[in-house]
Amino acid sequence: MLEIVEQQLLAPAGLEQRHLDLVLDHLMGHQIDFADVYFQSSRLEAWTLEDGIVKEGVYSIEQGAGIRAISGEKTGFAYTDELQLPNLLEAAGTARAIAHAGQNRTVAIAEGSTGQQLYAATNPLDTLSGSDKIALLHQVEQEARRQDPRVKQVIANLVAAYDMVLVAGSDGVLRSDIRPLVRMNVHVIVEQGDLREQGTAGAGGRTSLDFFRHDERGLELARDAVRQALVNLRAVDAPAGAMPVVLGPGWPGVLLHEAIGHGLEGDFNRKGTSAFAGCMGERVASPLCTVVDDGTLAERRGSLNMDDEGTTTQQTVLIEKGILKSYMQDKHNASLMGVSSTGNGRRESYAHLPMPRMTNTYMLAGEHDPQEIIASVKKGLYAVNFGGGQVDITSGKFVFSASEAYLIENGKVTEPVKGATLIGNGPQVLNLVSMVGNDLELDAGIGVCGKEGQSVPVGVGQPTLKVDELTIGGTV
Amino acid sequence: MRAFDHKAKYAQLQQLVEDVLAEAGRQGASSAEVAAHSDMGLSATVRLGEPETIEHTRDNSLSISVYMGQHKGTASTAELSAAAIYEAVSAACSIAKQTAEDPFTGLAEAELMATEFPDLELYHPWDIDIEGALEMALECEAAARDYDPRITNSEGATLNTGGAVGVYGNTHGFVHGYPSSRHSLSCSVIAQQDESMQRDYWYTTARSATALDAAADIGERAAQRAIARLNGRKLKTRQAPVLFRAEIAAGLLGSLIHAISGSALYRRATFLLDALDTRIFPDWVNIEENPFVMQGLASAAFDAEGVATSRRKLVSDGILKGYVLSSYSARKLDLQTTGNAGGVRNLSIQMGELDFDALLKTMHTGLVVTELMGQGVNSITGDYSRGASGFWVENGAIQYPVEEITIAGNLKTMFQQLQAVGNDDDYPGSTRTGSWLIESMMIAGE
Repeated sequence: MLEIVEQQLLAPAGLEQRHLDLVLDHLMGHQIDFADVYFQSSRLEAWTLEDGIVKEGVYSIEQGAGIRAISGEKTGFAYTDELQLPNLLEAAGTARAIAHAGQNRTVAIAEGSTGQQLYAATNPLDTLSGSDKIALLHQVEQEARRQDPRVKQVIANLVAAYDMVLVAGSDGVLRSDIRPLVRMNVHVIVEQGDLREQGTAGAGGRTSLDFFRHDERGLELARDAVRQALVNLRAVDAPAGAMPVVLGPGWPGVLLHEAIGHGLEGDFNRKGTSAFAGCMGERVASPLCTVVDDGTLAERRGSLNMDDEGTTTQQTVLIEKGILKSYMQDKHNASLMGVSSTGNGRRESYAHLPMPRMTNTYMLAGEHDPQEIIASVKKGLYAVNFGGGQVDITSGKFVFSASEAYLIENGKVTEPVKGATLIGNGPQVLNLVSMVGNDLELDAGIGVCGKEGQSVPVGVGQPTLKVDELTIGGTV
Repeated sequence: MRAFDHKAKYAQLQQLVEDVLAEAGRQGASSAEVAAHSDMGLSATVRLGEPETIEHTRDNSLSISVYMGQHKGTASTAELSAAAIYEAVSAACSIAKQTAEDPFTGLAEAELMATEFPDLELYHPWDIDIEGALEMALECEAAARDYDPRITNSEGATLNTGGAVGVYGNTHGFVHGYPSSRHSLSCSVIAQQDESMQRDYWYTTARSATALDAAADIGERAAQRAIARLNGRKLKTRQAPVLFRAEIAAGLLGSLIHAISGSALYRRATFLLDALDTRIFPDWVNIEENPFVMQGLASAAFDAEGVATSRRKLVSDGILKGYVLSSYSARKLDLQTTGNAGGVRNLSIQMGELDFDALLKTMHTGLVVTELMGQGVNSITGDYSRGASGFWVENGAIQYPVEEITIAGNLKTMFQQLQAVGNDDDYPGSTRTGSWLIESMMIAGE
């Protein structure tokens, strides 16, 4: 793979491996502990159907190199969208100014492989013809309208991205990755008299666009979006206050992402700004909870052959039977904390600095039948779909917004309720998990995580689980 | 920071825009529009009294939309090499050959193009070097850490400075642009007492360095905010009046704008459908858009389609007087564009007589919200449910901080139940408002 990437990314700018050595040598003045160069070339294409026609297509190009020099806790960073050697050397000179200049050191990089191939190194933009992409969107739209005459508007998007990266580091790393990513979203608006509501569904992964034509996946998204919108039409006001909440499997795993995921990222713990700082080895969840971050799942949206520092991704056990076992680390934070990188060093693009980020974060299956879990609740909420979430990692407070939820009354799922925000405290909430289902599911592949202004694709997942008490932001 | 030669950059981008429009014509476009942007900046962060990160930013971008009759294609590139630009133009043309005919698509009408280009004083480069930037950030963070012994940790202070040039052109023969600058200083610190740990921040941002608040003031306000949150309690679930602090109330104006924007209207995806010329606020509410504020953070004489912007009332005496439209959404609605392609410009609500303390007295008992969490706004129904923190008020005075609660209601009702807008407009940003007192919302807690 390295050869392909060098040919497509470096050769057009007249760059060879020896030039990378030169740039790294230039970066490594004394007092610089570590430096790396990150090359990236991306192409993205998106098509939108609305009002029954595919009215919009967008193509975008992004290419450049980011250059970083680290001295102790200090980082210097510069980037350029011009890949010629003089531009790289200029950026390197700027980045290394973080430490006082000194003698150059010699760096030898060696080609390496990530040792895993979790997705095909193909360009997904080319996996369907233009007319097939447009036909697929029309089929999805027709499927949605076919479901119910109350469907008044269907907006469907099809997105394919092709991302090629190469990392050369002063620790000798020279690795590359080719990362396809596809996504489809369906948004429907339904009307019944004066009432209007909406439903959305999406899916995707690191695969080809054909993914949406297999097993009627695209059509299934249309059906699901309509089903949700119609459920919302008959939803009653959500309750307000603290009560037991049963979370469905899959996407509701956004709970884990917000409540504990961010709090276990290495940078916040090194700096002591996370509510989980200093909790290593302590109980942070009920013994029913084992939570992992796993970047190695084939074709998953959050998966990577290597992270953006060239470290092979892995499965990291964050919480084992309730005990905090590991933080998620990039190279910089790992070295300052005296541990190894867990392959979680990620960045939005060459124009952003890497930091510890999640990949696919999920809870392992437990022993309970999901029906048994619902039956155990006298009065509570059953939430199966969510919008986004947010966390304050210092106070530990987190929210996530239910977009499809039902009341549980006397052990039975009854009426649907309107969307509501759920709020809790990260370090406490997993201690309140009293039942874990045997139905682990991962989400459909549409997650985007934002941190310090940088967005990266992620996955979440969980089995059905019961939290004994969460505060529900309803109106009655 | 290396000098940013905005005049040379402007000439270069102007030429580029003209070349790309010509290339689109050669490739068969019947009309086209191009936006090019270049910026350069410096970001310096200190943490715990030491330099932490220095980032040099330099971004370029070009986006093009081509029209072949009523078929549209769009492409963009963040790299301005001849090869990338050619690839982008070709991709846009190729897409336009595949998209469906859309009778509403196309450039904005030629007669609506801006013809006057007043100097809005948007470009004030700051001749500050890395040492100077670090020094200011250090002063800011030190003011926060020295403010109170309960400030035990810091996420740091950051000084950002940058200059940019943007040029927009289309095949009506319109090609215009302007340089702009933006500078900011922010600080985020952590307060600790007993088991409680709380983080908060503050910042200042302006077109000109001389308009920034003093570094020490930013640090002190960040520290005050973090300390004020210590030992927050939950509330019992109840119905109560809610006072949205000014910087949070600006977000409610944002929800209003979303609800009256063209794309939400023609999709019938808004709780303010067909609300033009109806009363959506009490009769003393006036909301204005002014694109011509000198040094304004959202000022511009033309929008993202070259259409002349205008100063106008969106809400007059509580009545909705205008939508927020681009040429596309306007045609879909059989209306004329309002010059809002790319968004609204310097929104403000007419402020009342009461300062923050007077608003507390008016409210007497209720919740002051200083932070909201999560999305939680259903734009179709107006249903509103967000995580919140702030302060509980009794007898017109703050009693204690509260956290881990939600507030819920419906935006339509909340707008109608607006009881007062304060004059405590003391936060950064392009939207101007004081705090909003809303008659009653559901608070969920214990």
